[in-house]
Amino acid sequence: MEKWKSFTSSSLFLPVVALAVLVIFNAIFVDGFFSIQITEDGRLFGRIIDILNRSSSLIILSLGMTLVIATSGIDISVGAVVAISAAVVCTLIGGRGDGVAETPMFLAILAAVGIGVLCGLWNGLLVAKFKIQAVVATLILMTAGRGIAQLMTEGQIITVYYKPFAYISGVIPGMPLPTNIFIALAMVLLVVIVMKKTSIGLFVQSVGINATAAKHVGINVTMVLFLVYAFSGFCAGVSGLIESSFIRAADANNAGLNMEMDAILAVALGGTLLSGGKFYLGGSVIGAITIQTLTTTMYAMGISADQLPVVKAIAVIIICLIQSNKARELFEKWKGNRNDSASVTTKVKAVE
Amino acid sequence: MNKNLANIIASKYFSFFVTVILFVALYGIGIAMYNGFMKPQVFFNLFVDNAALLIVTVGITFCLLIGGIDLSVGAVLALVCMVLAWLLTNTGIPVFLAVLIVLIMGTVFGAVQGYIITKFDLQPFIITLAGMFFCRGLTAVISQETITITNPTFVALADTRIPVGSGFISVGVVIALLTILVAAIVLGFTKFGRTIYAIGGNESSAALMGLPVFRTKVCVYTISGFCSSLGGIAYALMMLTGYNLHGLGMEMDAIASSVIGGTLLTGGVGFIPGALFGVLIQGVILTFINFQGTLSAWWTKIVIGGLLCVFIIMQAFITEQKSKLTAKSSMDEANSGKSDS
Repeated sequence: MEKWKSFTSSSLFLPVVALAVLVIFNAIFVDGFFSIQITEDGRLFGRIIDILNRSSSLIILSLGMTLVIATSGIDISVGAVVAISAAVVCTLIGGRGDGVAETPMFLAILAAVGIGVLCGLWNGLLVAKFKIQAVVATLILMTAGRGIAQLMTEGQIITVYYKPFAYISGVIPGMPLPTNIFIALAMVLLVVIVMKKTSIGLFVQSVGINATAAKHVGINVTMVLFLVYAFSGFCAGVSGLIESSFIRAADANNAGLNMEMDAILAVALGGTLLSGGKFYLGGSVIGAITIQTLTTTMYAMGISADQLPVVKAIAVIIICLIQSNKARELFEKWKGNRNDSASVTTKVKAVE
Repeated sequence: MNKNLANIIASKYFSFFVTVILFVALYGIGIAMYNGFMKPQVFFNLFVDNAALLIVTVGITFCLLIGGIDLSVGAVLALVCMVLAWLLTNTGIPVFLAVLIVLIMGTVFGAVQGYIITKFDLQPFIITLAGMFFCRGLTAVISQETITITNPTFVALADTRIPVGSGFISVGVVIALLTILVAAIVLGFTKFGRTIYAIGGNESSAALMGLPVFRTKVCVYTISGFCSSLGGIAYALMMLTGYNLHGLGMEMDAIASSVIGGTLLTGGVGFIPGALFGVLIQGVILTFINFQGTLSAWWTKIVIGGLLCVFIIMQAFITEQKSKLTAKSSMDEANSGKSDS
């Protein structure tokens, strides 16, 4: 009973329950949801593997987004940065039909991730140095970014025939799982270790709770914000690689479309407050997997990609309401039907 | 001399003057470079092509004034176009009724967003971002194909040309100009308008003064929803279609226009004529790209993004100047001002 209570009040409760509900739904309505087969060359194959495979880029994005939101910011440009990164890697490798790379793949990958970091640094510059609200600062790149990607690909969809490029989100011969799952796993481990074992995690958190106080304690707030946005850009760059490798092409219009919404949803679902402060990386990862499961389930039920945002938008609003202190207060008030004399003070508090 | 300069920069209308000068300069360059730029119709077309954006910008200016934001405007516009097209194609209801229905729909949507934001004290951007995805999704639910409006009354309305001098304007422009006029009067000369500025300046103070903060905030988001749906009608008059991707990125254009026109993103400062010139500058840039002929339309987005950046950074600079000016009056603030910069 004790354990159950500590579980229900923990931050992982919501994402785990949401995931469990979705999995049970799938188990009932989708045949062979849990079956995992092993092919002759040692590959694992099944629906769950497929979901993990597809959610890898979202997991990576939500890592960066978690840290940005923890500093009480937001990065809505990630989807556009994914498109830019995809455009860079595909134009550099080139769409030659004979399957020869124009630039070595290693350099192309480096350039794509580099441009992601550059985009992140740009956001960081606007937010940390010029003190522009994060929404507006990243809104610039969100809209202009797709234009930039479009210019790089000259409005075309560049298809890459170079074989090794598919390995990024495909299976390297002899490995049991697609490479991108390993990439996501490595990044999650790296971030968790850095955040738990060094003081950076604490810095990020304190900036989110109260930036002025953090400054007075001696934390370099500008630098923390700068790095957090740069990391978010880095994550978007890596996601761009995976996304473009999935379809072996750069589609400036559709690569990473609506992904910023998914990433924010994953973070919110994972229990991190959108107002910043304490953050839960594990929650975000489970949140990302939950969202991918939801997406896959919706596709299986015949809902098209254009229509999916309706469901997700409703989910975001519900989660926001659950998280909101004000809603909880109102709920308590409704439950206890108490007299409330402090409405003015709560209002003032809310403003602060 | 230096002090005068600082005073000018810190003035409320500095951004506005910069915008007007920029607009005149851009237009002058256009006249010098291309022969056709001189024609009055080129000027009228700035309004004809941007009527919807003008209306949407008015709505978003209200939101920015109270320190909020509305990212759902472009999606609401698309939804309104789609519903209007669907109603006119699949039901026999008169145009007047269909227009009324979509107007009410957009307004109610704005009101719901405003209520959720204010009542539960949530960040406006996250709720309106969700609203944006909701509306886009809903548009796709209605139809994933383009629906063309063939209703004769509506088409006739869309083709109406109102002669002005040697050129003409469309019905959409009339709606836009009326909206601007009404908004300017409301903001400048009514109690409601002054309450908006007060909330934008400092919400706690406004609440303590006894101003109706809750009601005003919900009203502002309702106005934004209404303007988006009115913009949707103007857009439908121009395009005569309903399509899922109508008005994609329009929220950014509208915010950019408003900011370029001198609205402070932190709220409390800004006025409607500025927003008008913000839209006109975008129109001029688009006209340039059209006259040039070889540039990709994507350049517009990039130029607007760049321009928005410049103006936002200018705002940061102005705010700093202002805090320096006020700092002179009190020693304490001088210290904090220095440590800030």
